[in-house]
Amino acid sequence: MAAPGLDRGYERHGVNKMSDSIYVENLAKSFEKIEAVAGISFTVRQGELFGFLGPNGAGKTTTINMLTGLARPDTGSIHIGGIDCTNRAKAAQHLIGVVPDESNLYPELTGFENLCFCAALYGMRKPERQTRARELMDVFDLTPAADRKFAGYSKGMKRKLTIAAGIIHRPSILFLDEPTTGIDVASARQLRQLIADLHREGTTLFLTTHYIEEAERLCGRVAFIVAGRIVRIDTVEHLVQPVQAKHVVQIACNVPINGILKKLSAAFPDSMFSAAGKDRIRVEADQPIRVGELVRFLEDQGAEVFEARRMRPSLEDVFVQITGIEADDMRREKGKRGGTT
Amino acid sequence: MKRWIAFWNILLKDMRTYYLKPPNISWGLIFPLAWTAMFFIKSGSGLESISSILPGVIALSILFGTTSLLAVTVTFEKKNRSFERLMLAPIPLELLMLAKTSGAILFGVVNAFVPVIMALFLADLSRVAWGAFAPAVFLIAVASTFLGLFIAVAVSEVFEAQTFSNFFRFPMIFLCGLFFPINNLPAFLKPIAYALPLTYGADVLHGAVHGEHTLPIAVDLSILGIFCIGLFAASLRNIKRKWIS
Ligand SMILES: Nc1ncnc2c1ncn2[C@@H]1O[C@H](COP(=O)(O)OP(=O)(O)OP(=O)(O)O)[C@@H](O)[C@H]1O
Ligand SMILES: [Mg+2]
Repeated sequence: MAAPGLDRGYERHGVNKMSDSIYVENLAKSFEKIEAVAGISFTVRQGELFGFLGPNGAGKTTTINMLTGLARPDTGSIHIGGIDCTNRAKAAQHLIGVVPDESNLYPELTGFENLCFCAALYGMRKPERQTRARELMDVFDLTPAADRKFAGYSKGMKRKLTIAAGIIHRPSILFLDEPTTGIDVASARQLRQLIADLHREGTTLFLTTHYIEEAERLCGRVAFIVAGRIVRIDTVEHLVQPVQAKHVVQIACNVPINGILKKLSAAFPDSMFSAAGKDRIRVEADQPIRVGELVRFLEDQGAEVFEARRMRPSLEDVFVQITGIEADDMRREKGKRGGTT
Repeated sequence: MKRWIAFWNILLKDMRTYYLKPPNISWGLIFPLAWTAMFFIKSGSGLESISSILPGVIALSILFGTTSLLAVTVTFEKKNRSFERLMLAPIPLELLMLAKTSGAILFGVVNAFVPVIMALFLADLSRVAWGAFAPAVFLIAVASTFLGLFIAVAVSEVFEAQTFSNFFRFPMIFLCGLFFPINNLPAFLKPIAYALPLTYGADVLHGAVHGEHTLPIAVDLSILGIFCIGLFAASLRNIKRKWIS
């Protein structure tokens, strides 16, 4: 069982391994000496959009692999759509769709052929496969490239086709491993729209990401996973509530930040000061912040203030608070990734 | 029904993308030709020696045709991760692996008939016992495909699969009684000969083509069948153990 109070999105007593889409208990897996997943428990209800948020190497992909039948857990149990598939990897595979973190389609087939082939794997008949493949090519703006070999696709096109292949058989539960990593801003936005649409149509979604904003925008509930452990599960709403009451301001100025923080703390004891980047000061307080006084103080210290901006507290702040991992570090982790607008 | 749609499409895709490619087709044609020519020259005899050479050439065509393909359809796809897609499909692993191998089996059977057709023009094949010949060709194709599968699953790189299968294939040319009777082998090599599936297949082919064989045909075919089942089961076990780790 999860530690008391950990799975707080809904009451754990309402959890039912027979009716929930995903029910995981005490799942663990090690690779030689590395404990990739260290005994996690969670549930995803039917129709929910569940986010699995964590830094590189946290165990996100390993978890998906165990849930989808590509890896065998060391301990723990898994129910998918009410079916116990702990030691029967194949038992629930007809219910699920998987979008892996890397494209695994056939380079020598065209985009269209790839989709038709994937549909055939789920037993779809030829006319149905072709209609569905065309429909998805269209949804993902890939129709002009339909007859080109997958090997010649750009990275973003590959990503889109991989997602199309994951939903071609209209799975009721969809696993997405970092779907927006490595694609441009417009495509990422389009993709999030698509995820939201699938959610609205009733698909249960399990989404891993290290974009905190993405999780905040899309997901109903999120789990923070760090070093193979779930440190917190809750609805986004519950998670941001305590920080939402806070007042946060960011000030951009040209002084050595570390030196000035101490002075600020001494002068304004009711506020909390921290560095937010190399020329930004973050101010947090329970009361509205009187920016004028702050700016005057900084100017008295010889600083030139460029900008003072009120920040809306977000899931990012909660994540930093709970995990101790700086959001910037998460963001930097995959340098090649796409935007999050 | 659904799983047969999957089965058929996996088979079809492999045939289109791998088997019907010019390199494979020409390999299937040139190889038997080259072997036939070589043994002709070597034996220095006339056309009457064809029936004694034919079984060996057929067996080799099947062996080389099938084993090299598994390195592509299995090892290569495992390496570039497209195999994961197949593992995620809701079809039993046994059926999936049968789909991945039946193309190679078919290719092996077709390959076997290339030397037969060439021999038809050169020699009198009217005395061939096709009733024994056909099951032997089929079982040799199955056994060598599954041997290829066993190797393909045991390694992780395509070149390893090639190297490793040569390790089996080349000794088999000499040890399995294809061209030189097993009785002429040194005593210490005989047990090895009888541990190789091709020995039994070649024995049936010799019997079917020119009447000389060592073991009863039914025994040969049964042992070959057992090899097929054993190799397939061992490959599946390895996949479950190593790939779903
Ligand atoms: N096949 C494997 N062999 C050995 N170690 C592995 C293997 N797969 C994963 N690991 C290790 O397990 C840990 C968790 O890896 P995992 O891929 O699940 O992380 P992740 O959260 O998906 O990270 P990322 O954001 O980079 O995708 C890492 O330390 C990784 O090195
Ligand atoms: Mg990952």
